[in-house]
Amino acid sequence: MKMKLATMAVTAVMAAAPAMADLVFPSLSYRTGPYAAGGIPFADGYADYFTLLNERDGGIGGVPTRLLECETGYNTEKGVECYESTKGEGALVYQPLSTGITYQLIPKTTADNIPMHTMGYGRTSAANGEVFSHTFNYPGTYWNGASGAINYLLAENDGDLNGHKIALVYHNSAYGKEPIRTLEELQKKHGFELSLLPVDHPGQEQKSQWLQIRREKPDTVLMWGWGVMNQVAIQEAANIRFPMENFIGIWWSGAEHDVLSAGDKANGYKALTFHNVGRDFPIFADIQKHVVDAGKAAGAGDQIGNVLYNRGMYAAMLAAEAVKTAQEIHGVADINAGQMRDGMEALSITEDKMASLGMPNFGPSFDVSCENHGGPGLVGVTQWDAASQTWSLISDFAETDMEVIGALIAEDSGAYAAENNIENACN
Amino acid sequence: MFYREAGDFKTNYAADNQTFPIKIDRKGYYVVLAFAFLVVPFLINDYWANAILLPFLIYSIAAIGLNILVGYCGQVSLGTGGFMAVGAYACYKFMTGFPEINIFFHVLLSGGVTAFVCVMFGLPSLRIKGFYLAVATLAAQFFLVWLFNRVPWFYNYSASGQINAPERTVFGFPVTGPNTEAWAAYLFCLVFLVLSALIARNLTRGMAGRKWMAIRDMDIAAEIIGVNPLKAKISAFAVSGFFVGISGALFFALYLGAVEVGEVFGINKSFLVLFMIIIGGLGSIFGSFAGAAFLVLLPVVLKVVGVDMLGWPTDIVAHLQLVIVGGLIVLFLILEPHGLAQLWRVTKQKLRLWPFPH
Repeated sequence: MKMKLATMAVTAVMAAAPAMADLVFPSLSYRTGPYAAGGIPFADGYADYFTLLNERDGGIGGVPTRLLECETGYNTEKGVECYESTKGEGALVYQPLSTGITYQLIPKTTADNIPMHTMGYGRTSAANGEVFSHTFNYPGTYWNGASGAINYLLAENDGDLNGHKIALVYHNSAYGKEPIRTLEELQKKHGFELSLLPVDHPGQEQKSQWLQIRREKPDTVLMWGWGVMNQVAIQEAANIRFPMENFIGIWWSGAEHDVLSAGDKANGYKALTFHNVGRDFPIFADIQKHVVDAGKAAGAGDQIGNVLYNRGMYAAMLAAEAVKTAQEIHGVADINAGQMRDGMEALSITEDKMASLGMPNFGPSFDVSCENHGGPGLVGVTQWDAASQTWSLISDFAETDMEVIGALIAEDSGAYAAENNIENACN
Repeated sequence: MFYREAGDFKTNYAADNQTFPIKIDRKGYYVVLAFAFLVVPFLINDYWANAILLPFLIYSIAAIGLNILVGYCGQVSLGTGGFMAVGAYACYKFMTGFPEINIFFHVLLSGGVTAFVCVMFGLPSLRIKGFYLAVATLAAQFFLVWLFNRVPWFYNYSASGQINAPERTVFGFPVTGPNTEAWAAYLFCLVFLVLSALIARNLTRGMAGRKWMAIRDMDIAAEIIGVNPLKAKISAFAVSGFFVGISGALFFALYLGAVEVGEVFGINKSFLVLFMIIIGGLGSIFGSFAGAAFLVLLPVVLKVVGVDMLGWPTDIVAHLQLVIVGGLIVLFLILEPHGLAQLWRVTKQKLRLWPFPH
């Protein structure tokens, strides 16, 4: 009888335990609207990695993960609602995948003591951890992207961009405007000519912009686009026979779905990246075995190995590693959001670590510190091959012009700190 | 049985003309006010405030503003999003330019600025009517959004083109910025809504409102009986702009905190507020509230039912939401073209006679 009671008690505890201890990761995804083409693969990758951890390892450090998906439609109002409805569930880290929502959540997450990771998007000056204590944007920022593109062009043009004409086609929003300041600074330094061509949300109408490009004949077109805007731009570039190898997109404008609709004409289009592409990584075998074959893949399960799927998976991997770091620092398995922040700030990604996770050479090695939330900012370049329908890395991850970027970050974050009376968080 | 005048004696004109002539309505009104001011602030949490109550209060103000223009004066406007943007950017410039002045006055001043801009765009209404006026206000929508994107002075030359609301306090309690308590923001918006509704109600049942309605019903006839169309139309644009501007300022400063004009105050916002007054009821203050509540609550309710209770995938629920909201709008327009306000009037009639309808 006693035995039975004890068993019952144990079962009761075990039944109750999963509800008590889990690591909650909200996924502010968008599977609808004009930006869904990019939102779906990212959300799938993010979800599948956590499913894999649950199925294969029983969670992180023995605590299962729980994904809370909330549809934002890339809309800031819905983003606010999603944030408020998920933060009470013990959310550990927010990754809104929208620069607009990021701007809104920066003060809110700081006040609520929840970290936010805006990987390669959001407010670039959040790289300054002294001002933005709860916002992280490692391993790279837009300004690294802008500088990386210019560095790549410098290498292509024997180090001289004098008189080189560059046109920036950008989404007319906070996201698209981010690189302008950096490009203007670099313009002074390297002497190229910069012209700005904004494209309004959602970006289906770009005839006039491309007419202007046809008239001005820039040597290079850079693009800060997202969602349906990318496909339209690449199609328009093909229509005016702009040489694709001189057309470089930011990392949000370089996925399969962006180039596929233009068919063979998109051959040679280039895009920046801060992580590796393709599915030649051991982790995909695990995902196939534990997630896809088990019927637990997120969404339709058709995105695996795509550029943005890889990026979602990479974001989830960095979050999971930050959880492990936090568990080590605080000695508890079921961490809270404040401890998660400490874990993110002490995060160290090494090649050995990535190899042991089945993702060798997937991204750069880096250490996050209290002062630097932006990572090393290494930027690579990928190119689309329309015949084999694959992206391949044509320029390895390289350093960017931190002298220019660092000054801009200090200036912008300093202005934010002064506006909001923020004291140095690292002292 | 309910809503009967019996036993409710009026002894003067003021009593005869009051907003709620029936006792039970009057009591209900004071109960709702007391509940909103004295009970809700103690129950409210961040989720209720930011997901439901703040958008409801703010959209109600916008709907009242637009209802004065479209519902009472009959001047179709598709520029609401642009005018809300004027309120938001005016509020931002006041907040950052004159931080020593209380935010309450900033919001009022933003309403004034918007009223001025709205009048400027309302001037063509003297010459053009109906669909043509709708197109003219549509131009205002696109022009204003373009302006706030294009001229860096409006967003204080920030690199991203975003405007962010700094922390401002009322009686020492922050009402904007991240450290705002839910109840403070709620009460601040509620005060503006109650004041707006009171002013709108008293304007619309007074001489100004009668002039607007005369213009709406037949402008030539109105002119013949001595209504000056210039003054009537321009005053409708001014009052409407004032309320829409206040709602835009609150929308930016209290609700979102950070705004990017193209995304937040785009053409969709104009249509949303227009749907609110059409569904709620044109030419009715209550209709403005009902329409705002309907379009703010419905998506949240559908999401809670679909995702949280039934566990459906988020994208299917989001798509279903569009289908259901669209379907309901069509259904409403067919079954009750005068909106929720008319539905409420019919219900009251039925309740009067219930349970002996003959």
